Amino acid sequence: MSPDATGLDAWVDMLSAVFMIVGATMSLGAAIGLLRFPDLLSRMHAATKPQVLGLFLLLASIGLQMRTWWVWPVLFVAWIFQLLTAPVSAHMVGRAGYRTKHLHRELLTSDELDAVVQKAAAKAAREDGSGDG
Amino acid sequence: MMQIVLAVTAVIFSLAAAGAIVRISRGPSLLDRVLATDVLLAILGGALCVDMAVNRHLNNLMLVVAISIIGFIGSVTVARFVADRREPHES
Repeated sequence: MSPDATGLDAWVDMLSAVFMIVGATMSLGAAIGLLRFPDLLSRMHAATKPQVLGLFLLLASIGLQMRTWWVWPVLFVAWIFQLLTAPVSAHMVGRAGYRTKHLHRELLTSDELDAVVQKAAAKAAREDGSGDG
Repeated sequence: MMQIVLAVTAVIFSLAAAGAIVRISRGPSLLDRVLATDVLLAILGGALCVDMAVNRHLNNLMLVVAISIIGFIGSVTVARFVADRREPHES
């Protein structure tokens, strides 16, 4: 432990402990969501929690524990990298899930992609017909 | 106090990893398994972060970044090449 565990030092320790426990609870929430939610799209909603907010809280607790300023940019770069890649992979997984029909349509409140897909299919069918004639 | 925090987070991460592994083994489709593997990697990265914070070192930071890269490349690749192998009447 730190040499003087009183005053500001104790508060910083306390804050980082809270960050660590809340960040770990995000992972537990994601696991519970994975187990309980009915289909792929709602499971994807739960899966993002430890990737963004959980990682942020844990990296912030590292920064608080190290007690130096120069680690913060490094931790920020690690977090930004995760923040840039998580939406791309979520988009790819969600797109593949939509195309392979891994979703419960009765659970959707709106499906904006459906109209676009229908329009594209109609256009493709028209072009097929004109190509034949 | 840090030892108590370490014990609590170890229990929480173990339960979370167990849940993700159950979803990997049960998951009805390939994409569910990919998603659960992504969550398992995130849990692993979080556990490495807690280890760094409690023991006050930065040795695992590159490993955390590498784990996020691996999760990204893996899920994007599998999602790109996944195909619908079920019968059409199931929808």
